[in-house]
Amino acid sequence: MKIKTSQLPLIIVSGLILIWMMIPIVYTIIFSFNESAKTNISWRGFTLDNWLKVCDNAEVCGAFINSITVAVVSTIIATALGTMIAVALVRYRFKFRSAVSLLLFMPMATPEVVLGAGLASQFFAAGVEKGLVTIIIAHTMFCISYVVVAVKARVASLDPALEEAGRDLYGSPQAVFWRITFPLLLPGIVAAALLSFALSFDDFIITNFNSGQVSTFPKFVYVAAARGVPAEANVIASGVFFVALILVLSVQIFGYFRRKKLAKVSA
Amino acid sequence: MIGNFAEAGADLELVGISKRFPGFTAIQELDLLIPAGSFFALLGPSGCGKTTTLRLVAGLEEPTTGKILIGGKDITNIKSYRRPVNTVFQSYALFPHMTILENVAFGLRRRKIPNAIELATEVLKLVELEHAANRKPSQLSGGQQQRVALARAVVNRPALLLLDEPLGALDLKLRRQMQLELKSIQSEVGLTFVHVTHDQEEAMTMADTIAVMNKGRIEQMGSPSELYDLPQTVFVANFLGQSNLFSGKVIENNANSFTVDVSGKAVKVPTKRAQRHSGSVTVGVRPEKLDMHLNKPKDAANLNILGPGVISDVSYTGVSSTYFVDVPGIGNMTVFAQNLEESENFGAGQQVWLSWVVDHTFGLADMPEDEGKFVRDDDTTSLAALELADLIEEIEEEM
Amino acid sequence: MAFAAFSTNAAPVEAAPKKRSWIAPFLLLPGLAYLSLFFLVPLIALLLTSFQATEFGPLGKEFVYAFQWENYVQAINEYMPHIGRSFFYSITATIFALLIGYPLAYLMGVTLRDFPMWKSLVLMLVIAPFFFSFLLRALAWKQLFADSGPVVGVLNMLGLFGPGDYLNGTDFSVIFGLTYTFIPFMTLPIYTSLDRLDIRYLEAAGDLYGKPATNFWKVTIPLSMPGIVSGTLLTFIPASGDYINASNMFLGSPSTAMIGNVIESNYLITQNFPIAAALSIALMAVILVAVSIYIRRSGTEDLL
Ligand SMILES: Nc1ncnc2c1ncn2[C@@H]1O[C@H](COP(=O)(O)OP(=O)(O)O)[C@@H](O)[C@H]1O
Ligand SMILES: [Mg+2]
Repeated sequence: MKIKTSQLPLIIVSGLILIWMMIPIVYTIIFSFNESAKTNISWRGFTLDNWLKVCDNAEVCGAFINSITVAVVSTIIATALGTMIAVALVRYRFKFRSAVSLLLFMPMATPEVVLGAGLASQFFAAGVEKGLVTIIIAHTMFCISYVVVAVKARVASLDPALEEAGRDLYGSPQAVFWRITFPLLLPGIVAAALLSFALSFDDFIITNFNSGQVSTFPKFVYVAAARGVPAEANVIASGVFFVALILVLSVQIFGYFRRKKLAKVSA
Repeated sequence: MIGNFAEAGADLELVGISKRFPGFTAIQELDLLIPAGSFFALLGPSGCGKTTTLRLVAGLEEPTTGKILIGGKDITNIKSYRRPVNTVFQSYALFPHMTILENVAFGLRRRKIPNAIELATEVLKLVELEHAANRKPSQLSGGQQQRVALARAVVNRPALLLLDEPLGALDLKLRRQMQLELKSIQSEVGLTFVHVTHDQEEAMTMADTIAVMNKGRIEQMGSPSELYDLPQTVFVANFLGQSNLFSGKVIENNANSFTVDVSGKAVKVPTKRAQRHSGSVTVGVRPEKLDMHLNKPKDAANLNILGPGVISDVSYTGVSSTYFVDVPGIGNMTVFAQNLEESENFGAGQQVWLSWVVDHTFGLADMPEDEGKFVRDDDTTSLAALELADLIEEIEEEM
Repeated sequence: MAFAAFSTNAAPVEAAPKKRSWIAPFLLLPGLAYLSLFFLVPLIALLLTSFQATEFGPLGKEFVYAFQWENYVQAINEYMPHIGRSFFYSITATIFALLIGYPLAYLMGVTLRDFPMWKSLVLMLVIAPFFFSFLLRALAWKQLFADSGPVVGVLNMLGLFGPGDYLNGTDFSVIFGLTYTFIPFMTLPIYTSLDRLDIRYLEAAGDLYGKPATNFWKVTIPLSMPGIVSGTLLTFIPASGDYINASNMFLGSPSTAMIGNVIESNYLITQNFPIAAALSIALMAVILVAVSIYIRRSGTEDLL
């Protein structure tokens, strides 16, 4: 199959857009290798020091570890709660259906400043000390809706006859869930978890309102922006990016070869 | 019950079963006895409640009223996964994330049967798929998937095996082949098979006993030849093969037969082949039982004669031809005749007489509906009624 | 790949009639309770705060529960320019993001359909920004737009820029930043709906003598409408409340401050909670009204 000439303009325009989208990423990665002084604005020479001694900058590393902790915990909670809701939405009838949909849609339709300020007011009114826990609470809250959206599609494409077949073949409710429903929903759940991890890890606005003295990686960058962001921050962002890239690539390549194998066998 | 194999098939008995869905009654007062070890077909048009009946037996749906007994034991309130029943689903419902072998062994493993893999492999041999044991369902063709679905159910040796249009997704040739295979597997394993289909030919070739279902009720039950030879209702007469039906008043009753006045013509019916013997009745005869004549045949005591009529259309189907004969006052009659030399005489426009042996006439219990063979349930009034029911329910839920 | 979640190719199976069951509340309750406690209650807390009155007690400034609706009047009077700017920026950025995101989505969803490797590559590039710190990307633009940076340098060379001209801190740089930030959010939902689009519709339209341009407007656009609506909402809503791009330390300046910046400074810096809360509630109200009108008009209510 060939690309037609009439499609060339679209391909060229899209290529330029993609390059444009990559500019700041590439820029930041390059500057992670800069022999930076107090600031990391002008190029002073290539070095691996920033990568090798990231954690010499305890502040960046601490913030990074906090971010990972928050993202992991809130992803687990949000994925569990969101998956349960998605299953209920697709499979069951219940009262107040439209109210439930609205409650799920609202957090996505509310700007983060409002979410952040609202939670902060509540924590303030309840006299809760802000810290890691309040950040996790906040992140879980805004991730749930995204998880529901992501998992719902997967549940909707799961044929209920499969679970019925499981029951018909002597599977107890638990057996049917763990051996049929769960494995079949897993790709959707994993995707939702990744999405929720990415959202939580990169969140700044809601965190800023609810973190108190605790620093996270985005918060560190925001605060540091005033006086100059150290190259170690570039290292962390680039490192996270590479890990994610490798994960995604390996899943893609694995899938590609499996499809190829499938095509061969069934041919 | 769970944990050991059924020794042989068991009786299935449905007593006064009905099933109402919100706004729709799918099954009405159904009584049914399926003897152990038989190949039983449930035949009916789509939407008549066949799948629902199977789901009730499998325990995937609860009956609104009535009882279900297997081998004399009431299982109405027993959970689906504890019933000695297995289903071959209409869509096969093979687990896409498991291999063929894992699919087949699923039921055995849930029941903690020790040599599950061995037994599963054995059954895969029976359906000639042992070479595919390690593939995933998506790597098999439709016919192969169908056989896996069958193997996955049969391997559990259920007292009762339910098959929901198992051949519906296959092309004609494969379907014929699988019909024979299914039949031989059934006699090999000796289980009770309940086979649901809307294909009358399939039901006739495979089943020992057929129940014809219509609008949530059983219209008639019997062996294929009984049903074909002596249909009892208009629905059965038309759904199972074709029929020429006439309605009229009974004008004369003799010892062994009675006479019906069909638009001025007398049609004789054997008394024991009729459901009703007085008043307005509908009687009929199968198209292949009719003979065509160029000249009026001689009257005889054992012969019904109609005519003259005019052949309005002929369609050639190879071994035989189908003739449509317009008989004034009676309407269009269908005749199947073999293609012999004399058939050249019977072209469109030809005037003919029709005759048949009185003993081939049957008398039905009901009268044809005014329009169509099926009552439409997709007209605007019934759709509106359904919609309304839905709406009411929705409103109730919101409150 | 996370956004593969938005593009399940598997069509939903024919919906089995839903059943009632005790399981439903069991599945729903934990999540809904969580959202009620940490989303609904905070909104109420915010609403109450927005009516609080300021009192000067022995401990300094204190806020007491009252029904001081004048907070809204004061907030809106004082910050009208910021509110207007917020919507001007976010609407403009949404339009630009749509103009940029649609071709990308079309490329992935339609043009590259028969080239799965290329399609995955483009999809990965579109998703890539999600895995890269948003703040650092904004900072990168700031440095590229700096007075001594490459962009201004080129503009000077071309004679388009004089010695007094600058990029950072202008309407342009903020809208640029907002557009850039939300491109993936715009592109992915549109891609999902274009990916599901049955090419045969276009072929049929072509068969019925539609010119390519006509087909695009009459067939492709309407069929991708659900994606366009989700994409524009996923861009407009966060953009209108964003305060990173418009902040001094990133692509903005005091003269580009948006409502988000004002809420942040009132809440976190001057601790003028009632005004911050009143602004938040006002922002949310405007968005809710705008969004519901938009969804109605575009005929995609079932998106919810
Ligand atoms: N869960 C359900 N809710 C409402 N109506 C249903 C449900 N299941 C089946 N029906 C209706 O019951 C009737 C019988 O369905 P079914 O048993 O599937 O028919 P068949 O298998 O004979 O084609 C159909 O009209 C169908 O619409
Ligand atoms: Mg059916």
